[in-house]
Amino acid sequence: MLSVTDMSVDYGSTRVVNGVHLELAADEILTLVGPTGCGKTTLLNGLAGLVPMATGAVRHPDWTATPDQPVPPERRKVGMVFQDFALFPHLSVEENVRFRLADHAVGERWIARLGLDDFRQAKPGRLSGGQKQRVALARALAHEPSYMLLDEPLSNLDAAFKESLRWEIRDALKAAGVPAIWVTHDQDEALSVGDRLGVLREGRLEQLDEPETCFSLPATRFVAGFLGEAAFLRGELADGRVSTGLGDVPATPVAGATGTVDVLLRPDDCAIEPVGEGGHGHVSLARYEGGSWLYAVTLDDGPVVKARTSHEHRIAPETRVAVRIVTTHPLAAFPAE
Amino acid sequence: MNRWPGSYVPALVVAVLAVLPVVVLFGLAESPESLLEARNLRLLLNTLLLTGLTALGAIAIGVPLALLTAFVRLPWNRLWLVLLAAPLAMPSYLGAFTLHAAFGMGGELENVLGLQTPSVFGLWGATLVMTLYTYPFVLLTTRAALLGQDASLVAAARTLGMPLAACLWRVVLPRAATAVAAGALLSALYTLSDFGTPAIMGVDTFTRMIYVEYNAFGLGRAALLSLQLLAIVGLVLFLESRVAATPERPGRALVLWPRAWQAPALLLAISPVILLALVLPLAVFFLWLVRDGAGGFEPAFAWNSALASGLAALAAVVLALPVALAARAGRFGRLMERVTFLGFGVPGIVMGTALVYLGLQLPPLYQTLALLVLAYVLRFLPLAVGSIRSSVESLDSGLARAARVLGAGPREVFFRVTLPLTRRGVIAGAALVFLEAMRELPATLLLAPTGFETLATYLWRMYEAGYFGRAAVPGLLLVLLSGLGLAVMLGGERRAEFGLSGDNRS
Repeated sequence: MLSVTDMSVDYGSTRVVNGVHLELAADEILTLVGPTGCGKTTLLNGLAGLVPMATGAVRHPDWTATPDQPVPPERRKVGMVFQDFALFPHLSVEENVRFRLADHAVGERWIARLGLDDFRQAKPGRLSGGQKQRVALARALAHEPSYMLLDEPLSNLDAAFKESLRWEIRDALKAAGVPAIWVTHDQDEALSVGDRLGVLREGRLEQLDEPETCFSLPATRFVAGFLGEAAFLRGELADGRVSTGLGDVPATPVAGATGTVDVLLRPDDCAIEPVGEGGHGHVSLARYEGGSWLYAVTLDDGPVVKARTSHEHRIAPETRVAVRIVTTHPLAAFPAE
Repeated sequence: MNRWPGSYVPALVVAVLAVLPVVVLFGLAESPESLLEARNLRLLLNTLLLTGLTALGAIAIGVPLALLTAFVRLPWNRLWLVLLAAPLAMPSYLGAFTLHAAFGMGGELENVLGLQTPSVFGLWGATLVMTLYTYPFVLLTTRAALLGQDASLVAAARTLGMPLAACLWRVVLPRAATAVAAGALLSALYTLSDFGTPAIMGVDTFTRMIYVEYNAFGLGRAALLSLQLLAIVGLVLFLESRVAATPERPGRALVLWPRAWQAPALLLAISPVILLALVLPLAVFFLWLVRDGAGGFEPAFAWNSALASGLAALAAVVLALPVALAARAGRFGRLMERVTFLGFGVPGIVMGTALVYLGLQLPPLYQTLALLVLAYVLRFLPLAVGSIRSSVESLDSGLARAARVLGAGPREVFFRVTLPLTRRGVIAGAALVFLEAMRELPATLLLAPTGFETLATYLWRMYEAGYFGRAAVPGLLLVLLSGLGLAVMLGGERRAEFGLSGDNRS
């Protein structure tokens, strides 16, 4: 559907997006995640034609954009949902939705589907954040784009709405059958909502894969740390297994790791048990997370691993604990640092 | 808190002084039965036509340039902005003089380049000149508004399929409408009070006829015309005060990257404005300097200008300080500050008329330098007040209290805390008043003591006598002073007004 090769975007002399390759399949939702300033919004603006490309090409069945032959946004058949919604303040909800529609029927369909009927005459200034977001989504989809770009669509909303609206947007995109690139800085959102997930860092795409793969077999330590709590444990890799101080675990080498490696341990990979004597280390930090407790355990030989327990088990700091690796899937093994 | 702040007494004196010219005019004006005469109506029509056409012209030039300088990434962005804003700092009579001399039959363009050009004269000539020197008001107010607009609405409209030009017209400009109106009203105000341009272009406006009446000893009629002009000025000021911008959500301004061939094309498109408003006057004065030399010019003219302007600058800051401090102290203080702004609305020719009459009533003042300095002070006091006010604004009142607690009396606080901290504003204010006064023409013509020739009056007499070549030296000096004035404005306290600080986008 959309094929991006070696795309770069410069702001002045700074390269903000650097050599990005990606393919967007029809009907696919691709989430892009990365820390603030990693270039994800710029990448999106480049795909919309709102900023010029420095290198590369974007290919669409109907057009091809290159630095020398840019295609303006209005000729790209793109739909965009903005972080601040960008609703026209002087137009009512329905006027926003059918901004450039000759046929109002499509607009009506989305107004009905996203539940905008009750306030269709209202001006955007009077709407709540969630309502604005639905209007923005309806407006973009009603114009029947061939691909959608969503720039942090949930970042301006209250936490309470985020979860439900996330699925509402996903369902709407799937119902419309429009492929989408969804940018966010929220790892949970990125992992849960996308068919595939891309992690951006300093303008480069560090990994682009299915969310499960990105989470359990991250391509780099940065990806590992960005997508969730990550601890690394030194060990020796041989025959698909790594022998560590906490026992022998199955492992998949990444980034060409051999010999001495660091395996990635997520909190869910470990179980801890208070012990009076012995054990592997002591609890150095306990953090309550609502449904569970997160503990950091400093092992006797130095490294820190993390583990979660249910909220019923409270372990006081400094308690000696035994750590067990409970996972059965292979862990990612990085070259030792 | 029933005690009056110490700054109120001197501020009140300044405020009373500021309304003086208007009071004087009411006393002086002859009975208004001639108001409906055909002659008077023609004046009114000419004035309104020139003002209205100039405002439209300023919009026609200023708005596209504002779009260009606000959104388009051109090489040497800032240079173009400064050059495009520069005509504001130049007195329009220099432009009227040189354009009049350059164009038409026997004009310098024909003499030097052999170009046949239509003459720049009459209502259209005056409109052209006033437009060239007042469009920066529209450019600057509009540009500031455009930079304050978040680009996401344009991005939304474009991704929904609206071409860029339609976006600018339907999404961007409607939101900048009030800023455009504010700029156009400023350019109208400037045009109403301008004396030199209609005089050179032979358009009978109020300002020109006031001068004619003054020369014909018709002071009463000049006063009546002045009051009519003031009434129109008041109307424009009223409209200006009613123009309120709708607040915009802050955000990143739109940025447009021109294609390789577009940048030179855009620069080519703006070049006529810079050529006509800046390059041509300079070229003509240089031409005259080369052709006729510096004959007839005496350094004493420049010294006289500097003396009168320097005294005015000094007096203006001394008077402005209590006004600025009073404006901070309370509501009555703010009212007095407003009153001192009256001078800005009083055209120079009107100020001159009022003070000439005042001089006639108070013979010790008549034909003295003091009267001229007073005219400058009353007219340009708002520049000093504004400049000092902005530096006083940043003054933390806690500092004064801290000094008091440490045992300093109010006087000591003023000299050791307040004054040093407002020094930047005081210096910038003094510089602005000095440079404006150096270039002031109509009030100087009316009030300069006999034999006290300044740069502006000498240039004017050479124009009237037809010795254009002799205007070269004073003309170039006045252009130079205008450049300095622009530098002060851009570098000093009024930076924000030019919106240059909003330029640090990445």
